Amino acid sequence: MTIAEAVVLVTGRRTWRDFAVLGGALILIAFPLIAQAFGYSFLVSIGGRMLIYALAASSLNLALGYGGMVSLGHAAFLGLGGYTAAILTFHHFDDSLLFGFIPGTNNALIVVMASMLVAALFAAATGALALRTSGVHFLMITLAFGQMIYYLFVALKSYGGDDGLRLRRANEFLGVSLRDDVTLYYVCLAVLFAYFVLAGRFINSRFGFVVRGSRESERRMAHFGYRTFRYKLVCYTIAGSVAGLAGALLANHERFVSPDLMHWTKSSELLVMVVLGGIATRYGALIGAIVLIGMESLLSSITDHWMFVLGPLLVAIVLFNRRGLAGRE
Amino acid sequence: MMLVAEQIVNGLQLGVMLFLISAGLTLVFGVMGLVNLTHGSLYMIGAYVGATVVNKTSSFILGGLCGIAAAAAAGGAVEFLVLRKLYQRSFLDQVLATYGLILFFNEGTTILWGRQPIYTDIPAMLASSVDLLPGFSYQVYRLFIIAVGLMVAAGLYILITKTRIGMLIRAGATHRDMVRALGINIRLLYTAIFGLGALLAGLAGFLAAPIFAVQVGMGEQILVLGFVVIIIGGVGSIRGALAGAVLVGLVDTLTRAFLPGLFRSVMEANQASSLGAALSSIVVYLLMAIILIWRPKGLFPANQ
Repeated sequence: MTIAEAVVLVTGRRTWRDFAVLGGALILIAFPLIAQAFGYSFLVSIGGRMLIYALAASSLNLALGYGGMVSLGHAAFLGLGGYTAAILTFHHFDDSLLFGFIPGTNNALIVVMASMLVAALFAAATGALALRTSGVHFLMITLAFGQMIYYLFVALKSYGGDDGLRLRRANEFLGVSLRDDVTLYYVCLAVLFAYFVLAGRFINSRFGFVVRGSRESERRMAHFGYRTFRYKLVCYTIAGSVAGLAGALLANHERFVSPDLMHWTKSSELLVMVVLGGIATRYGALIGAIVLIGMESLLSSITDHWMFVLGPLLVAIVLFNRRGLAGRE
Repeated sequence: MMLVAEQIVNGLQLGVMLFLISAGLTLVFGVMGLVNLTHGSLYMIGAYVGATVVNKTSSFILGGLCGIAAAAAAGGAVEFLVLRKLYQRSFLDQVLATYGLILFFNEGTTILWGRQPIYTDIPAMLASSVDLLPGFSYQVYRLFIIAVGLMVAAGLYILITKTRIGMLIRAGATHRDMVRALGINIRLLYTAIFGLGALLAGLAGFLAAPIFAVQVGMGEQILVLGFVVIIIGGVGSIRGALAGAVLVGLVDTLTRAFLPGLFRSVMEANQASSLGAALSSIVVYLLMAIILIWRPKGLFPANQ
């Protein structure tokens, strides 16, 4: 009996990919402990940011990779989620009412649900318009809607305008504050894990097959009798609301939101994460987020002009890395 | 009344600027199928180089030539080194690669010129004002911009409808493979169109330098408006770009000028000005949304 056969006997029929995923998950779980043990506590904060962006990029992957909807306005959902969290928190500590009748709150669960709802509503409204077109038109329209939200929040002086809005304190749930980096890291990891499980089921459901089918050929799905518009709109709305959730987490992570969060360059960053990791792969966006944020953090610690290096690097990645780091699934 | 007239001319001037940007965008996309985000960077390069040369030599014409030449050179280099490899790729790849180039150009500009915006004066010859109507005087420079823009529009119209190159451009937009099959050097055509677009972007940037702040990020701001223009006008259509640009220029300028005042007459001043500012900054996007509902392919779709 060879070693390979022994491994199969013990573990069942597993591929190297399963081991890679398991190993990756263990590293993610152990990461804060390892970082702290070696005295690099600040890495936990960067790790948290990686996970949050991984969630946002994964949600973009849902629309882009599986639904074929290439959006350049996904950061709008991230920003809307973030601002919803920040504004609710602001009104909670300010003891004032939003729009004159909505009280603020500091409850993380309510904040997160509100963020998802706001982002989903915006996704449904803009998606219904943008999905009347496809391809490059869709890209440009989502870009324009994203910039619309950006300029709206730049103009909203009562919530800081250009300068952004600071959260006086992180949100809490059942007495646990999201202020602590390690707590927030594990919350983000749990959310991301839950997302992977749910998204995996979604993609392999009948609904997911229709969405993926309309990516391949809209006309064919229409001839099968599916109204692809509805399926795509629902998929886009789900993607938007997940990005809103990521925004709420990000607002707690940075304890600060600003219109930059919804600028189209942020959308491009999310796109880069998805493509870097691998389009329409389950964990690609996570890998892409880790690599991109890692590169950014590393380069910016070396030089102020890190974008001067990152830009050409991205060009090279596009030209030469055509499949993505996650490989083919 | 004079105020309305002035704002209308202001709107026309913004519209003309937008036209110079979107004409290049729409041609490059219509003919080559290339989404080129670096178009805004070429505009920025035209502005920076132009303004710097004007400040050094105090020659407006020399500054203009240098600005346009720099934008064209940067455009040519980008086309030759990067974009040429992207024509056959998905537009997602094009977006990502040109996004990388934007980072490169923005940071490069920061390294060369610093983070402070640079300013340049309107040339003395064009700094005076003329009476357009009795009691309504207007700066000559802004009229000059409008005139240049309209001349470019007329030139493009003649180029596209009356010349052989124009015929190839039109044919390339609708039947790319047929043009290639007929033995036209499509690569040369692409380079020419891209160069033309870069030239116009550089010209727009140079003209904008004395009236807008020349700063990093100015390109993206106008690029996004350029996208709005070509969605409204219909992608690939010069006529649509002109109509869309003037429409967006007018709507944007007029709402910014009058919406806060309008609100002030029905609600308290403080609230009115913030709501007015917020609404007037998104009104062009709402316009785009409305036009999309009405005509998903824009006002003047190219391939008809």
